[in-house]
Amino acid sequence: MLSRVAESVFWMNRYIERAENYSRFIDVNHQLSLDLNEEVPNQWLPLVHTTGDYELFEKRYSNPTPVNVIRFMTFDEENPNSIFQCLSKARENARTIRENISTSMWEVLNEFYLYVKNYRKLYLESTEAHGDTLSMDLSDFLSTVRKSCQSFYGCSDATISHDEVWNFALLGRFLERADKTTRILDMKYFILLPSVHDIGSTLDLLQWLSLLKSASAHEMYNRKYKKIDPTDIAEFLILNDTFPRSIIFCIQEMQEALEKISGLKEGLPRNSAQDATTVYLNRLRSENIKSIFDKGLHEYLDDIQIELNQIGSKIVERFFTN
Amino acid sequence: MFIADYSAKNIYDEMFSNEGFPRKSYDFVKTKMESLGGIELLKRSSSAERALMSLGITFTLYGDGGEQERIMPFDVIPRIVPSEEWINIEKGLKQRILALNLFLNDIYSERKILKDKIIPSEIIDSSTGYLKQCMGLKPPKDIWIHITGTDLVRDGAGAFHVLEDNLRCPSGVSYVLENREVMKRTFPELFEKLNIRQVYDYPYHLRSMLENLTDVSDPVIAVWTPGVYNSAYYEHSFLAQKMGVYLVEGTDLVVENHKVYMKTTKGLRKVDVVYRRIDDTFMDPTSFREDSLLGVKGIFEAYKRGNVALANAPGTGVADDKVIYSYVPKIIKYYLGEDPIIPNVPTYLCSEGPDLKFVLENIHNLVVKAANGAGGYGMIIGPKSTKQEQEDFKELIKADPRNYIAQPVLNLSTVPTLISDKIESRHVDLRPFILYGKDIYVMPGGLTRVALRKGSLVVNSSQGGGSKDTWVLG
Repeated sequence: MLSRVAESVFWMNRYIERAENYSRFIDVNHQLSLDLNEEVPNQWLPLVHTTGDYELFEKRYSNPTPVNVIRFMTFDEENPNSIFQCLSKARENARTIRENISTSMWEVLNEFYLYVKNYRKLYLESTEAHGDTLSMDLSDFLSTVRKSCQSFYGCSDATISHDEVWNFALLGRFLERADKTTRILDMKYFILLPSVHDIGSTLDLLQWLSLLKSASAHEMYNRKYKKIDPTDIAEFLILNDTFPRSIIFCIQEMQEALEKISGLKEGLPRNSAQDATTVYLNRLRSENIKSIFDKGLHEYLDDIQIELNQIGSKIVERFFTN
Repeated sequence: MFIADYSAKNIYDEMFSNEGFPRKSYDFVKTKMESLGGIELLKRSSSAERALMSLGITFTLYGDGGEQERIMPFDVIPRIVPSEEWINIEKGLKQRILALNLFLNDIYSERKILKDKIIPSEIIDSSTGYLKQCMGLKPPKDIWIHITGTDLVRDGAGAFHVLEDNLRCPSGVSYVLENREVMKRTFPELFEKLNIRQVYDYPYHLRSMLENLTDVSDPVIAVWTPGVYNSAYYEHSFLAQKMGVYLVEGTDLVVENHKVYMKTTKGLRKVDVVYRRIDDTFMDPTSFREDSLLGVKGIFEAYKRGNVALANAPGTGVADDKVIYSYVPKIIKYYLGEDPIIPNVPTYLCSEGPDLKFVLENIHNLVVKAANGAGGYGMIIGPKSTKQEQEDFKELIKADPRNYIAQPVLNLSTVPTLISDKIESRHVDLRPFILYGKDIYVMPGGLTRVALRKGSLVVNSSQGGGSKDTWVLG
């Protein structure tokens, strides 16, 4: 396949995955804020920290109010990672590779984009008219975003050949997902508790629970563990090799996709992207949660992000530029 | 019902005679539309529009407000061409393509037609579509024009004429195929009852025509697009997708050892056939325009050496120069010894003294077009223009008479068209698509473009035109 096409497929999937994660982050935070009283410190700023776009946010908004954060992450056209921008770029990528995807995939994505674009217009008009209030049907919107992303995945799964195009799609999707899972876990680092005595309090546990929900991991976690416990949650989201949003699961999927790309008919020689992924996967397999906490969870998550970035650059180097 | 109020006077209407009776081919459609009623028709029309929106069938418009993605306006009342008329059109188009191909072969080699003084050689040499780099070129199987979209119009008496030949990168076939899909969803009952000739297999004809251009077995075929910002990008990707071939941009291609390769995840891969949707002179900065950023260095040389096939062949543009168009009847006679089956629209050449005088004096009654203009640009419609516009245009003509032709204003035929909540008459033209491979294939029907503004004769999508599904019955 054309290098340019491989790159577009990869990014199209990253953007869809990003939009899905953002919709989940915002929704969970929205729900959480409804459970908390006003004395609890601001719940919305950590969300911006999590995405890594704090500087841009600060430039554009004076206050991390719920409305500002939601607008920034959902509809802001100056924020390259907002759901609206992710969708625009995913669709633009799809447009350049239409001949490689099925019409039904294109239709799902195109309708999805039109929906977000239209909702955005209504939302902005309504906040302008009614001031800074949270829209009542925001949860509806976010859930439609999530469902549309999933129907895009389902549609891809069922309507295109599982060949090179498909494997580059998986690479993009799982690289993005692994990154977002590290950021979900790291969110706890940025959420300050009112005092150190609150560690282990109801509020603390509520926050941990919301992280699980952000990763859609709540039910699966409950099947394996009996209580909400930070160490167990981190273990589940980093090292559980059967849960599809854990770091190790994502790396496994990437490794498999890279193997298939190399092993396809007229295959490629092994390459540095593949090697790096395999080495990293083996390292993860030898980790345990105790050593991770000994090192410090926040630092450990930083390391994962660096590792993911390196694998990402190797993919770019090996396949997209020549 | 509102179709009862429709009237078509002093004009050739495709659906109704001047006496107000439906033509035979439209009988069933008219009855059906009446029984559906206005509300139902509007409902179906808006559901058709929604379908086009979901499919993202758009083109890009450039203008003051930056670029905008638009849905091609689509009208649900079909345009029907009776089969007995179609048989003649098909014959006439084949004849024309055959003759134009022989003409191209000749003027880039022996130039007999010029030596025999059928066409003055200065007309050829001064045509911007004429590429001297193509002299002596022998395209595979001696075919130059592989894909044509010929524009046809009916005059006031209902007779078809050729308005222009589009031999370079004719657009619109994707709308024909998509419109048909949408119409099948919109009026399944009409498709059940009428025997409408199918168009879905066009991409297969296109693909086998392209395969015919090379002797390589299982050739690698690519559609070459200027990129996602080109107004016809949708069509380029549509055709690549339907044919199951690669869609490439200039930056995906590279020439090494006079062979063309594309950059893939597995390294370079040789390309055998290129259906280019990029203008001749932008194709290769080493042979043509140096400033082309879209082109691929060395591709023309690779082509000359027979290492890659290009459709259409470079240099075909000379044959759709509007001045040369006026010679096509003579070209047909010269190469085939036949009279043209479909006549041209009468044309005045500003490069000829008496014609020029006539055009300058009668500009208010004529359509004047630039010889190489397209998309409704570089033209003036006399009766619809102001005195000042006419004076300005006269200066343009006097400064470069070779570049202008004039034609009488044709009273293009009309088809009933849904305009907001009424049915009104609107002018149409017709662009059938013709493929020249092992033999010549004419798509039954083609793109009917409709001028949506009341009274307007300009059907180009870049000028706010829309389209209709075209049905050839039987």
